[in-house]
Amino acid sequence: MSVALSAQDISRALTRISHEILERNHGSSDITVLGIPTRGAHLAARIAAIMSSIEGKEIAHGTLDITLYRDDLRLRPPRTIMPTSIPPIGVQGRDVILIDDVLYSGRTIRAALDALGEVGRPRTVQLAVLVDRGHRQLPIRADFVGKNLPTSEKQTVKVSLTEIDGVDEVVIEGEAS
Amino acid sequence: MRHLLSINDLSAADAIGILDTATELARINDGQVKKLPTLRGRTIVNLFAEDSTRTRISFEAAAKRLSADVINFSAKGSSLSKGESLKDTAQTLQAMGADAVVIRHSASGAAQRLADLEWMSGSVINAGDGTHEHPSQALLDAFTIRKHLGKGASDLTGLRIAIVGDVLHSRVARSNVLLLSMLGADVVLVAPPTLLPVGVESWPATISYDFDSVIPTVDAIMMLRVQQERMTDLFFPNSREYSRYFGLNSERMSLMAKHAIVMHPGPMNRGLEIAADVADSARSVIVEQVTNGVNVRMAILYVLLAGGPLEVGSNS
Amino acid sequence: MSVQRFLLKGGNVLGGKAADLLIAEGRIAEISASISDKDATVIDLKGSIVLPGLVDLHTHLREPGREDSETVASASRAGAKGGFTALSAMANTSPVADTAGVVEQVYRLGQEAGFVDVFPIGAVTQGLAGEQLSEIGAMADSVARVRVFSDDGNCVFDPLVMRRALEYIKKFDGVIAQHAQEPRLTVGSQMNEGIVSSKLGLKGWPAIAEEAIIARDVLLADHVQSRLHICHVTTAGGVEIIRWAKARGIQVTAEVTPHHLLLTDDLASSYDPVFKVNPPLRTSKDVMALREALADGTIDIVATDHAPHTSETKDCEWAEASFGMIGLETALSIVNKTMVESGLLDWEAVANRMSTAPAHIGRYANHGQNLTVGSPAHITVINPTKSWVVDRDLVVSKSRNTPYHGYELPGLVTHTFFEGCATMIDSKVVDKMVK
Repeated sequence: MSVALSAQDISRALTRISHEILERNHGSSDITVLGIPTRGAHLAARIAAIMSSIEGKEIAHGTLDITLYRDDLRLRPPRTIMPTSIPPIGVQGRDVILIDDVLYSGRTIRAALDALGEVGRPRTVQLAVLVDRGHRQLPIRADFVGKNLPTSEKQTVKVSLTEIDGVDEVVIEGEAS
Repeated sequence: MRHLLSINDLSAADAIGILDTATELARINDGQVKKLPTLRGRTIVNLFAEDSTRTRISFEAAAKRLSADVINFSAKGSSLSKGESLKDTAQTLQAMGADAVVIRHSASGAAQRLADLEWMSGSVINAGDGTHEHPSQALLDAFTIRKHLGKGASDLTGLRIAIVGDVLHSRVARSNVLLLSMLGADVVLVAPPTLLPVGVESWPATISYDFDSVIPTVDAIMMLRVQQERMTDLFFPNSREYSRYFGLNSERMSLMAKHAIVMHPGPMNRGLEIAADVADSARSVIVEQVTNGVNVRMAILYVLLAGGPLEVGSNS
Repeated sequence: MSVQRFLLKGGNVLGGKAADLLIAEGRIAEISASISDKDATVIDLKGSIVLPGLVDLHTHLREPGREDSETVASASRAGAKGGFTALSAMANTSPVADTAGVVEQVYRLGQEAGFVDVFPIGAVTQGLAGEQLSEIGAMADSVARVRVFSDDGNCVFDPLVMRRALEYIKKFDGVIAQHAQEPRLTVGSQMNEGIVSSKLGLKGWPAIAEEAIIARDVLLADHVQSRLHICHVTTAGGVEIIRWAKARGIQVTAEVTPHHLLLTDDLASSYDPVFKVNPPLRTSKDVMALREALADGTIDIVATDHAPHTSETKDCEWAEASFGMIGLETALSIVNKTMVESGLLDWEAVANRMSTAPAHIGRYANHGQNLTVGSPAHITVINPTKSWVVDRDLVVSKSRNTPYHGYELPGLVTHTFFEGCATMIDSKVVDKMVK
């Protein structure tokens, strides 16, 4: 087991990502930030707060649960549906920034695109993740990445956030091969 | 959980899970999303051997919103009414590839027979069997109560609920007594002695013949439908006397606590067990129960059908 | 009558000391410590109990009319499997056994099959309708020599009809066997009324509906000084009334079924109609009262109420299903389990409850002679050391509605002799009896 990101690493990554998002989108006026529960939602709240303090105004943000759109529902007992909360300004014609903690096979993001399609038609959809661990099974890529972590499929990447786990860190468990 | 035949099939945690799922689905349905892909490719059969419009439509709406295919099989004009046995009907549906059967039947235990005899391999959901149980109704009632009176709690601890009317013949009463008490509420049954079953003392509920003394003490009053036929079967002298003692009219409604709500599973006998102005009053959540019914039934279908059997080692 | 001789060696006759028993020319020729007979077929019964052939005062043989569920012949073989040598056939056939013609037909069918004596029971009222008396005299004087009269299936509910019937049968040394069920209290009833029925949403059959009729009829029997028999008692209250009646010298006898000695109403929770029976299974308090009553003689006999039903009438919802269980093949094992193993009865008392007493009530002269030397050789052998698992697919009866499928029962009936002929050897029933 090794610590890939410490609390300070995470904080710096989120700050950098927040700046990158604002830079690429020329400000925040057309942005809607949506975090994918559970941990993606907390990261989205943090990123929205950071962007808000940079811009000096409120950032439209919320959560997008993808459970009902998963393609692997039948492989496990029924999963709990998490909250979906779209901000009042919505997504229609806006630049949606999806936020998740780990990007792996890409299936979660595929489901998120389906879920988003039911809500409205964004102008663009961009993806920010704290960790990209590779091994994509679908043609999905992140626009903003906290850290690239090469892993083997035997390993697990464990993200802990203060809001839930009491500490901020990213840990890789298991052997490399 | 493969079947939902009785409230006894659920633990308190299971029931709360269904209510929480329904809460989330309600939010989704209130927004723009009216259709979810979750049960795409599944076939759900509504096997309604007993007439019912609202429950069947509710289950049908719930299934369709989850993108399931729905086949309706009702008694009138079907082979069931021509004497085909439940067993043969079930095997026919199985041959057509039903993933789940929602069954309403006039015989108590019919849903369990369908599930136990394994005439078909899908999930069986009891939509009302004789005078035995109606689990989805109790779940939507609990959902409604929690929404109005729950103050954010996950269960119904501390709440007091009256169920009034023909308890003897009511599957809604049986399921509600089991579920509401399981979720921590106090249940009081109010009825004439002739409409309470022998053995009701063993139920997790108290009993009263005096509606007026119970009304101010409860947070919700659930009125049960009284059938006209009960008069000729000597359960009470006539509807006038029944209404006088057990009908919820405006005078009785004024005795209710400020926050208390009025419920009814429908269909109502306006003027018999419930006065028209009470049914239409601000305290009445009767219409909302119908909307809640669709969300709760979506949650039930999701919990029974969306997941698969326990498997070790799959990751996302 | 057969010329074959049997020497049953070393069985415990009536549960007593081991002894040898010789069957010759259809009769019990000798019982003593050690017999030798070079012409006899020897059967080793060491460890087994030798009883007189069992007599069932209450069975439904379904012929004429419902031969799809059972015939006199198939029921006779089922009886042999259970150790019975006499069966009383209830009258609710189609046509009803309310004339000499029908009872003689049933009687002859039994004779032809040759496994047991079939004693037809005559209906009390025409068509079992409860209004007009049937041809009781004609049936009594017929070849079938009917002495037991019953509308079983239905209750003789009209007190005036019951009074007249009790009076009339006195001329014929008859007995009225009443199915005690007040119809107005049991309209549409499905199972015992109580805690279980309230939860299951099945309409209740209250105990009072049985007790009220028993109370009325013992008083009637006393008033007109006639013989009354109560079929299938199921309630503790009914037992108390019968006990009171007997203490006053009233001529009442009573029967209990094996299933009411063992099974309770919570079995209905599965909604499996194999447990649906009339009168219904009741509570454990009732079961205990029935066992005590059978032990102290308040209840005189065990009778199976063998009620075969085709599978489509049981393979459905509870409310649609027919009432009834088969019982001939498991009866003695159930009595062993509930009464002998628990110490409430010894084997000698079992012989009384299942052979002597029923034969006496029905006036079956050739039966119930309790293994006396010179009597017809009706013999039942049970090995109490062997247990067996009930399999509904292997029953001898034409119908499979046994509530005991999968149960392991203690005590295996191994041999049955009827009039000195073997109807069952090593638990295998003979295919056909040759005269």
